[in-house]
Amino acid sequence: MANGINGINGMNGTATKLSVIESKGAKAIPSGNQHAISLLVNNRPGVLIRIALVFNRRGYNIESLVVSPAHNGKFSRMNITASGEPKTLEQIIKQLNKLIDVIHAKDHTDEVTVEKELALIKVNCPSDKRTEILQIAEHFKSQTVDLSESTLMLQVTGSTEKLDAMEMMLDKYGIKEMVRTGKIIMARGSADT
Amino acid sequence: MANKTCTGAEALIHCIHQHGVEYIFGHPGGAAIPIFDALVDSPIKFILTRHEQGATHMADGMARATGKAGVVLVTSGPGATNTITGIMTAAMDSVPMIVITGQTIQSMLGLDAFQEADVVGISYPAVKHSYLVRNVNDIPRIIKEAFHIAETGRPGPVLIDIPKDVSGAVFEPNYNVEIDLPGYSIPTHGDTAQIARCADFLAKAKKPLLLVGHGAVISDAGRALKLLAEKLQIPVVNTLLGKGGFPETHELNLGMLGMHGTAYANKAVADCDLIMSIGSRWDDRICGKYAAFCPDAVKIHIDIDPAEIGKMIKPDCSIVGDARLVLEELLSMARKGDTEDWLAQCRKWRKQFPLKYGKQGGLKAQYVLDEIYRISKGKAIVTTDVGQHQMWAAQFYKTDSRFHWISSGGAGTMGFGMPAAIGAQFARPDALVIAVVGDGGFQMTLSELATAAVNKLPIKILIINNKYLGMVRQWQALFFENRYSGVDLEGNPNFVKLAEAYGMKGFRIKRNADVSKTLAAALAYNDGPCIIEAEVEKEDNVFPMIPAGSAISEMVLEAPKKAMAKPVGST
Repeated sequence: MANGINGINGMNGTATKLSVIESKGAKAIPSGNQHAISLLVNNRPGVLIRIALVFNRRGYNIESLVVSPAHNGKFSRMNITASGEPKTLEQIIKQLNKLIDVIHAKDHTDEVTVEKELALIKVNCPSDKRTEILQIAEHFKSQTVDLSESTLMLQVTGSTEKLDAMEMMLDKYGIKEMVRTGKIIMARGSADT
Repeated sequence: MANKTCTGAEALIHCIHQHGVEYIFGHPGGAAIPIFDALVDSPIKFILTRHEQGATHMADGMARATGKAGVVLVTSGPGATNTITGIMTAAMDSVPMIVITGQTIQSMLGLDAFQEADVVGISYPAVKHSYLVRNVNDIPRIIKEAFHIAETGRPGPVLIDIPKDVSGAVFEPNYNVEIDLPGYSIPTHGDTAQIARCADFLAKAKKPLLLVGHGAVISDAGRALKLLAEKLQIPVVNTLLGKGGFPETHELNLGMLGMHGTAYANKAVADCDLIMSIGSRWDDRICGKYAAFCPDAVKIHIDIDPAEIGKMIKPDCSIVGDARLVLEELLSMARKGDTEDWLAQCRKWRKQFPLKYGKQGGLKAQYVLDEIYRISKGKAIVTTDVGQHQMWAAQFYKTDSRFHWISSGGAGTMGFGMPAAIGAQFARPDALVIAVVGDGGFQMTLSELATAAVNKLPIKILIINNKYLGMVRQWQALFFENRYSGVDLEGNPNFVKLAEAYGMKGFRIKRNADVSKTLAAALAYNDGPCIIEAEVEKEDNVFPMIPAGSAISEMVLEAPKKAMAKPVGST
């Protein structure tokens, strides 16, 4: 897929690529132009490609993408974060809504929504640093999900900003690996997402 | 039909026939054999083409001559990929089409089987929708959905890929199925408040202009449009594909606007204080330089596709809905403003800057088209290819009714004209169908001469032969200091002999004096197709011309004396 969904392109490489330490400036800090888009789509093969093509054609990079079956299994929910010109995005949303397999597509930027993300972070952790790191972990209300002689794996949930902040705090110890689910969004109150 | 067991292919053909389809165009191959077998017992007539692209243009021509989806049936792999150009052509011009492609058996999908291509994957950017049928029980629903999607809303092509084990599977079909398209809605009536606003704008405008696009033709808005224009006394311009949406011989019609539109249409566009688009998408061929396009005019946009609103032009008032329904509602609210002076000005421009061509020298394509318009009394269904001849045909063959102008607009597909004429003639056996083609485009699909000949279709193929790829040559002459590159069609066949080789009649026009006589003879010839080869002046150019990406005010009316700056627009 030509679309630069983060990580996917990089995964085509070799084992050496996978062992690269993920650290420092590797990810762009979300800009003011970031948009949170939600879609309700048919739960069928090929739907994701149609959607990705719309973004690709207008040169929009998908930064995160979460797909899961909706409560009604006939449909799937997609949450996409992407950044770029608001005017282009407006056109993209219209073109997404034009797809037969898209029930609806919506930009939730500037709306009152609940937005959450989960990350697993494997950080270098020699025994003399353990207490220090655990204090940081506690501050972010994260859980320890794995422990080895030299590493610690933490699970943290919350807003994108919170996860960014924790990543920054752990960076100096050396983050070996990190994986984030991408943002999931739901409208507050009785409004439909 | 009572439910009994049949093959997927038989159910498929049954559903297509139930939908009222009379013809299928296509070419067979291994993966589609079960479907071809089912055709043997069907009342549907199968038209064997010589290339799959030709089949798509025939289906397209049929669709544009009727408003109903044309149907194509081809095999997998190269058979399927050969339809992509035709599918894209239909998509760009909102033409309903169903393309059925055979596919390798499901267990071999993705394993590089013989003649396997991921045609659904290839089709994504070019279709309105596409299906890969994995379960034979889905066939009745998918066919129903496919026609519904293709023919409603903003029409477009739908591709259905059917693996051979699905078309060959035996099952008990249930034809009483409902379509299941929760993500598909069709705008109908426009928002009444917006229509009322639109009526207010129209009443206030001193220099209003109606812009008629293909959407007006598709939705059959012609009657409402005519009533509206006459009631409010507003002049009308049309796009290339809007020809036939409003009679071009009507006194309020200023003809085609845009790159090669009439000077008076473009002058009206440049000077209007309100422009209302009815089913046009403000394409770059008509707007030129967007920043300079009617900067001070009120812009109103009526379109059935919400994604068109604000795409190229930010309208002051927009109405999403079916053009005919919107205009009918608008008609009851619209009040006439004072347009007398404006109409007088438009009449003045029409007089001052008429379409013209030199009467001296060699044979002019414009003269040939002018004459064929006169002799056929403007009643023919005209199809075209793409290039200079297309623009001249658009200028000189005025179109008065819907479904009479069939041309590849958005895609600009060379090789479209002749097969499209075949499709149109099948749809309208009693109509006079003229394919106006260039010597370049014609040779891209000329293998379909066999299809025309074997079916004895009385299409008239008028080849405007200038022995060049004329439109590109024109650009090279005007903008690239006559540095001709890749435009010389040396090696053209003798087209009259080519006609004879296919058992057809061939006519040739070389001199001005022959034009009327030969055209009259050709139009009277009805024992099958004929070719009329007009050997026209080699280096004539199409004017008026607005260089790509330029403001309308930069229109040139005749060949400039010195070289022009290279256009900033794309093509």
